[in-house]
Amino acid sequence: MTILLYAIRRLVQAVPVVLLIMVGTFLLLHLAPGDIVDALVGDMGGADAAYIARLRAEYGLDEPVWVQLWIYMGKLLTFDFGWSFVHEQPVSVILFDRLGTTLLLMITSLSFAFSIGVALGAIAARRAYSLTDNIISTLGLIFYATPSFFLGLMFIVLFSVKLGWFPVGGVQTIGSFYTGWDRVIDIARHLVLPTASLSLIFLAFYLRLMRATVLEVAELDFVRTARAKGAAEGRLMIHHIMRNALLPVVTLFGLQFSTLLGGAVVVETIFSLPGLGQLAYQAVTQRDMNVLMGIVFLSSILVVVVNFLVDLLYARIDARIELT
Amino acid sequence: MTAPAAPPPVLEMVQVRVALPPGSDRPHALEALDLTVRAGETVCLVGESGSGKSLAAGAIMRLLPEPQVRMTGGTVRFDGTDLATLSEPAMRALRGNRMAMVFQEPMTALNPQKTVGWQIDEVLRLHTDLPRRARRARVLEMLEQVRIPDPASAINAHPHQISGGQRQRVMIAMALALKPRLLIADEPTTALDVTTQLAILRLIRELQRDQGTGILFITHDFGVVAEIADRVAVLRHGVLVEKGPAAEVLNRPRHAYTRALVAAVPALRPPAPRDFTESPVVLRAEAMRKTFAARGGFLSGRRKAVVAVDDVSFDLRRGETLGIVGESGSGKTTVSRCITRLLEADGGRVTLDGRDILSADARTLRAMRADIQMIFQDPQASLNPRKRVVDLIAQGPMVHGMPRAQAHARARQLLELVELSPAAADRYPHEFSGGQRQRIGIARALALEPKVIVADEPVSALDVSVQAQVLRLLADLRERLELSMVFVTHDLRVAAQLCDRIAVMEKGRVVETGPTAALFAAPTHPYTRALLSSIPGRDWSPPDTRHDAA
Amino acid sequence: MSLADPIAPGGATPTRASVFWRRYRRNRAAVLGLVLLGGVLAMAALAGFYEPGNPLRRAAAPLIPPFTDLAVPLGTDQLGRDILAGILHGARISLLIGLVATLLSIGFGVLVGAVAGYFGGWVDDVLMRITEAFQTVPNFVLLLALVAILGSRIEYIVLAIAIVSWTAPARLARAEFMALRKREFVEAVRNLGVGHSSIIFREILPNALPPVIVYASVIMALAILLESALAFLGLGDPNYASWGNMIGQGRAVLRTDWYVAAIPGVAIVLTVLSFSLVGEGLNEALNPRQKKG
Repeated sequence: MTILLYAIRRLVQAVPVVLLIMVGTFLLLHLAPGDIVDALVGDMGGADAAYIARLRAEYGLDEPVWVQLWIYMGKLLTFDFGWSFVHEQPVSVILFDRLGTTLLLMITSLSFAFSIGVALGAIAARRAYSLTDNIISTLGLIFYATPSFFLGLMFIVLFSVKLGWFPVGGVQTIGSFYTGWDRVIDIARHLVLPTASLSLIFLAFYLRLMRATVLEVAELDFVRTARAKGAAEGRLMIHHIMRNALLPVVTLFGLQFSTLLGGAVVVETIFSLPGLGQLAYQAVTQRDMNVLMGIVFLSSILVVVVNFLVDLLYARIDARIELT
Repeated sequence: MTAPAAPPPVLEMVQVRVALPPGSDRPHALEALDLTVRAGETVCLVGESGSGKSLAAGAIMRLLPEPQVRMTGGTVRFDGTDLATLSEPAMRALRGNRMAMVFQEPMTALNPQKTVGWQIDEVLRLHTDLPRRARRARVLEMLEQVRIPDPASAINAHPHQISGGQRQRVMIAMALALKPRLLIADEPTTALDVTTQLAILRLIRELQRDQGTGILFITHDFGVVAEIADRVAVLRHGVLVEKGPAAEVLNRPRHAYTRALVAAVPALRPPAPRDFTESPVVLRAEAMRKTFAARGGFLSGRRKAVVAVDDVSFDLRRGETLGIVGESGSGKTTVSRCITRLLEADGGRVTLDGRDILSADARTLRAMRADIQMIFQDPQASLNPRKRVVDLIAQGPMVHGMPRAQAHARARQLLELVELSPAAADRYPHEFSGGQRQRIGIARALALEPKVIVADEPVSALDVSVQAQVLRLLADLRERLELSMVFVTHDLRVAAQLCDRIAVMEKGRVVETGPTAALFAAPTHPYTRALLSSIPGRDWSPPDTRHDAA
Repeated sequence: MSLADPIAPGGATPTRASVFWRRYRRNRAAVLGLVLLGGVLAMAALAGFYEPGNPLRRAAAPLIPPFTDLAVPLGTDQLGRDILAGILHGARISLLIGLVATLLSIGFGVLVGAVAGYFGGWVDDVLMRITEAFQTVPNFVLLLALVAILGSRIEYIVLAIAIVSWTAPARLARAEFMALRKREFVEAVRNLGVGHSSIIFREILPNALPPVIVYASVIMALAILLESALAFLGLGDPNYASWGNMIGQGRAVLRTDWYVAAIPGVAIVLTVLSFSLVGEGLNEALNPRQKKG
């Protein structure tokens, strides 16, 4: 019951943020040169002024700005992002068609980055300033400095072109019509390289933070208490240090999700994955503003949802948070 | 100590030497320390900050922060066994089992993510083969023994859900769960209020009587020593300067350092009353109220509104010092912030020389601030680390329109007034010791020649010997400059030294006000009585050795 | 007796700069970072000497592998452009964009964070909701949208990068200000009658700055990464040589001549690495809280 109340409170807190993002996308659309009517008219190859004015009235573009904002926000609430003149489809249909691929990439990348990053960070901190730590920390620094698109290209050169282990792009082998487990394995093979190139930089984030917090927590008073109780190092690590050191890492997990989603643009483009990121890039080059703004809004909602879930998780694992 | 035969020693430290890392202020934290603790006795290891007393505990438990700080000589024998010969697993089997430890900060010494019960149970899990049910029974029994109310529900509480005093009780339950032979208590009551402190000291004594534990009690407070010690050892810069039976060391200290330390303990003898009924009132507070509201309501989670100051009124006459005394959470600090309008009060009036501060507009308030200045608790935090001392002191006069050159000249004079060398002017705060920094804070408060000084716990962050000096300086300045002062403190010994009248606060209300001597002699309110009877070592008066210590 | 006497100061205390350098030097990786950074700066400085004209001109035959022709030491791409010239001039653009974007985002972020953290209450609520909204939109998606609207001129790219990266310094500055405004030295100056803007800029800001300066190195690295990603997608300013753009061009010949993409990639990695290493060194020198052996 208390967790439900807490959840509702967090949701209510997210409302102003979502409203601000709605206003933001509206403003961006307004700032963009040309509106729907220009696009329509351009599509038709020109029209007379009276017809253009009638079109504007039809689309509500002659109303005052705040009325337009009101109408726009109402549409966003129902996920109505308008019409794409490039794809000749409603934007929402295109977006939801692409959402799955992006989510799949997000989930694999995050789980990989989080689990490996946390584990390596803990090991590095445990053996601080040793050879193991130096190797892990150096790897972390290099991953941290490598842009995902460069990493992706070099992976393609090495693993696809030279070694031929993994496919160069796409989510599944075209024309193969695999079903069942064969299909799962096929998709998994296609996802290995994109996941690796997207997640290594985030793995480095978690690794560095985990290492730092483990070192910090290890100095705290209650760890000294546990030592004075006669607890051995392994027990200290599992029950006393890790439990507390994980909390800031979980927080970072929520904060980083939006950056990760941004990173998907480049990785999906390189590996020709038909997701939201690739679509965003195409929308920019084709000047399909409705699609681009739809992606801005939808991806933000995704971030809000993930942060909400992370908040709930955090409330479960941090005993200090009072749910009431 | 009239036992027929001395019980066997539990702990023997012989010529123990602990090295500090190169570049520290001295090569050794402990220099040839000899110390014995017998079963059933309490030995107090006394020293000021930096004396190395806490590292002695680390050396015994073999929990020094190695390799930087390590034992380089001597032996520690526990129950006759030389601890240096034990393997690490054998040592672990002793820790928490035969030798246990209680730390200073109950706030941070417990794992915030585990329940109280889990943490006590951990000791049993580590050192016994008891089945779960028996362990749980033992945990409940321990919680009961340390008098935690409602043990059955406390066992599932997390540390943040119980009070500081209760947390320290949990620490004690944890330490004594397996009836250790030796208990090391490192300043276990320093972070607690006096009434809680007395209860914890009594609890430790009582459990010791039942279990025959030998206690090494580390403290800086001679009041606590008088309360609990059988024998005393005094440590200074890592060197043991004096040891002996408690009565001996407390009343007839031999070493000059011990004499100075004992003399620095403020005596519970209020000064001769001074009469202020003729003097005009400079500061008057009437029906002051402050509530810390539940912020945000629905959006941020409901928190109960706290009434911090509830209908507080008092007068301060010219030249007088009014003590505001209370435990943590009594609202005394909020009072000091409200009368200086660093916090906005919710109601009431505060008049300074007849002019209302609380309703003054921004411009008037700015001018009035020159008349009411503050001295803060933490001399480290109250000085901007990035400013030179002269700029810190001259800032006030310059804000109020004094030309720079004149303000700087005045700042240098003030340094002399607070007994600092004029050369201090061009240095930064971090180059000074705590007591010296507090002198700078006093000079800053005096720079504006205020009518009233509000001192918020000005000596509680200082070592006793430094504390005595700063108190003497304040008393001296008060005479010379005819200062009127509101003196906020939790320490009744300190209040007795300086205050003409005392207002005792409890839960936001003033429960009793009166001239210091009268209040100490015949307290009327039960809370005042409880406070007075909780002063550690209240039955002991430090011998007056001041003349030969100076 | 240790009953401390008022000090008689004597002996010179080391200057702040020398203390700073001593602490910085302790971290060998940070010193390496400084060397790398010096290298990148030297590259930017040498660009004009090596190739005074347009680095995008055709210099030799296309696709000469590196280390085979002295005239073009790092070889040429498929259009015959000198890769070394591109690398040197790209260093200029990367540093320039990184620096300006960092200054803009830190300046704005610190201002917002300072006001929110110092005043608290509804001011804080409003500013933090706005910051959260900016943080919620995935930064690279927002960057794409801004570039789509503003266009690919280098000034707009810098502005867009600043717009997507001011939130982190704002939160950092807010946290610092919230902690510092409760410190007694701030109460002390308030009690002297000092005004709000003086307290914010003269009293608190100098104390809040060290972590922000450390964070500036992170923003700098991020800004360089964002710019290179934009240029990689072909959305950068086409009038300037850019490492990201060179990698993007190299993608076309990746199967056969992978060095065309690899060389500028290594340049990016080393530059970003130098900033993170320097950042770590600054952190240890400016915030010496965590001690180590």
